[in-house]
Amino acid sequence: MPSFVIAEKCDGCKAQDKTACQYICPNDLMTLNRDIMKAFNQEPEQCWECYNCVKICPQQAIEVRAYQDFAPLGGNVIPLRGTDSIMWTIKFRNGSLKRFKFPIRTTPEGSIDIFGGKPEPDITKIKQPGFFTHQGAGKAMPVLKK
Amino acid sequence: MEKETCTFSYCAKPEIVEVETDLLLIGGGMACCGAAFEAARWAPKGMKITMVDKAATDRSGAVAMGLSAINTYMGDNDPADYVKMVRGDLMGIVREDLIYDLGRHVDDSVHLFEEWGLPIWKKADDGFSLDGFQARDQGKAMLKDGGVPVRSGKWQIMINGESYKVIVAEAAKLALEHNRKATGVAQNHYERVFLVKLYHDANDPKRVAAAAGFSVRENKIYIFKAKAMINAAGGAVNVFRPRSTQEGQGRAWYPVWNSGSGYALGMQAGAELTMMENRFVPARFKDGYGPVGAWFLFFKAKATNALGVDYCVTHFEDTKKLYSPYAEKLGTCIRNHMMMCDMKLGRGPILMNTHHAMAELAKTMDAKRIKHLEAEAWEDFLDMAIGQAGLWACKNVEPDKEPSEIMPTEPYLLGSHAGCAGFWCSGPDDLGAPDHYHWGYNRMSTVPGLFMVGDVCGASGHKFSSGSHAEGRIAAKAAIAFILDHPDYKPTVKATADDIAGDLYFPFETYEKHKTYSTDPAINPNYIRPKMLQTRLQKIADEYFGGISTWYMTSKTMLDEGLKLLQMLKEDADKMAASNLHELMRCWENYHRILSVEAHARHILFREETRYPGYYYRGDFLPINDKDWKCFVNSKYDAENNTWEIKKVPYVQMVAD
Repeated sequence: MPSFVIAEKCDGCKAQDKTACQYICPNDLMTLNRDIMKAFNQEPEQCWECYNCVKICPQQAIEVRAYQDFAPLGGNVIPLRGTDSIMWTIKFRNGSLKRFKFPIRTTPEGSIDIFGGKPEPDITKIKQPGFFTHQGAGKAMPVLKK
Repeated sequence: MEKETCTFSYCAKPEIVEVETDLLLIGGGMACCGAAFEAARWAPKGMKITMVDKAATDRSGAVAMGLSAINTYMGDNDPADYVKMVRGDLMGIVREDLIYDLGRHVDDSVHLFEEWGLPIWKKADDGFSLDGFQARDQGKAMLKDGGVPVRSGKWQIMINGESYKVIVAEAAKLALEHNRKATGVAQNHYERVFLVKLYHDANDPKRVAAAAGFSVRENKIYIFKAKAMINAAGGAVNVFRPRSTQEGQGRAWYPVWNSGSGYALGMQAGAELTMMENRFVPARFKDGYGPVGAWFLFFKAKATNALGVDYCVTHFEDTKKLYSPYAEKLGTCIRNHMMMCDMKLGRGPILMNTHHAMAELAKTMDAKRIKHLEAEAWEDFLDMAIGQAGLWACKNVEPDKEPSEIMPTEPYLLGSHAGCAGFWCSGPDDLGAPDHYHWGYNRMSTVPGLFMVGDVCGASGHKFSSGSHAEGRIAAKAAIAFILDHPDYKPTVKATADDIAGDLYFPFETYEKHKTYSTDPAINPNYIRPKMLQTRLQKIADEYFGGISTWYMTSKTMLDEGLKLLQMLKEDADKMAASNLHELMRCWENYHRILSVEAHARHILFREETRYPGYYYRGDFLPINDKDWKCFVNSKYDAENNTWEIKKVPYVQMVAD
């Protein structure tokens, strides 16, 4: 289901050093046409339809059109990803609609405190089983019973 | 054909950046994110950790799209039972030490995910499910404090996982930043840098000293010298001709960017492979490849042939005759096998009876709960296979009203899902494993200092996302111990930086040298473009090594013929040509695919039985043969001389039946 960019909406992420879609695409597909300063999918047959470009686009300029080698025309799935949840609109070929909203995160973005309140590792135990979290909590790791 | 070398006579010479680090993390998926977290905590003062990711870590690796479940969470289960499950599904030959070790560690990673903000479904007081927000708002306890997850199966828990990777990446990036500040280096997290080759140490040819790659954004070559490396560069997708054609090829079940780099990198270093004959052929919703696990396990849907008959009943006795005692475990490949029996008899399409399942569940629910249930069913797709939701929308499928077709996919090579192709790694030394299972450093390959995790640590499948993260953490600890035990080691590379750059950029040189020979650079007798390199590989693999076009059937004669053709493709890879950085990435990705497939074919050729019916068949050795083949098959590739050593390695059962 390759992504495509709506020409009217894309502004090439003006004033930024790289476009959002180009930054995020896991398969290096989204790229900027510098002549017209608009993004496009340079290799649609390698698109996994992961929707990361769609979700990240600040202009909501990217959508996905189903793979035409097996999907009939007319369906559409559009996400709107917020800070803690995501809204999905699914449009069927016959025109009917479904909407869903799901949680994506229970903490604010950027709020993770990785080692806060976590035990310090004991380097003399580095060859013993258990992560620093197990060892610090004094948890013995189970072993196979003979 | 003679191999030419790049002298930068035609293509522009890139800037060369050399980075010295202590621990190099190859990949930015779940496994290396786990490794970064654990390593940053254990690293003694001054020890440098560096992560190199082909993509943007927020959305890289197999969890880039998200997931709707965490498939490995022990909870109250005994890790020994987890070993039994994995062994049963993978037809009896697995590394039970690695699997047990993973099982006893994995929950801690899941607890961290929840602490970091991953919404996890909890069981409500009335037995129904609460999503991550409802659970929080109702004050349900966290998993680590005894909160009760919603189990879709014995080992799986349901999550709202759209941002799973973003959350895990946030923690990994913070860990790397923690280490960067502590060591004072300018940069230790490289995104959009694709590592394509490992280099042996000039003074100790057994060890690897460096990894080299290039930026896919700018004209730059990177050479990372390291004292230890953790390879988590993933399995191999689009190695067999896919069922989809043209646009739809991107809709592989496994992430299309997993190009076998994990295998190829280790093979170049001479690390011993294990169980590369194994593959995974998931049965998924046709074309969209949406997940079926939640439908089977959570919604209790049943799959039947088009006549409503359960193929796992009608073909069971015949299957037992060839594949007992494994058939009785009804592992994934066995269920595939019975499905294919019906498909070959023309009793398809095979149907997932979603409508029956929904009707059954609706009997016990009011309207509000049915609506919640419907949302749960759609979320299963929207969290991890959005295209499947799109396909249902395009086909006007309403799962509560009609069944949907399921289909076995093209084969994939991987070691973290229901497959176990990978490298032979050392296990823990406290579990009483036989001597040939461990050599001092957990998850270290047979190459000192080179660790393997996630998809490429072999013979230990069913790790999934959480297990890969935990395995990365296990390896990180061991890698640091290894570095500390070898304080005087200084990585040294024989090849010059210019030689390395010339090697990596050679596809540019080839293209620039020859492109004007023909009026259309696409068709030119002097080189092969990456797309056609991949196409030829897929055709060979499909037709000779048991792809979809032969119903996964192969034999010695077919493998021999295919390997001949593959050898010529490998030679042609010396003529691969790239016109830009994106194509350069595709060239090397496809080279990695070729090496992965060669290992796969050679292992299938060596193992003279059909160990994984439903994944592939040796037509000349159709039954399973425990007497001669209840053992690992291990191999070693010598990249310099293009030769293989392949052998049997004893399997030892550690957990009783």
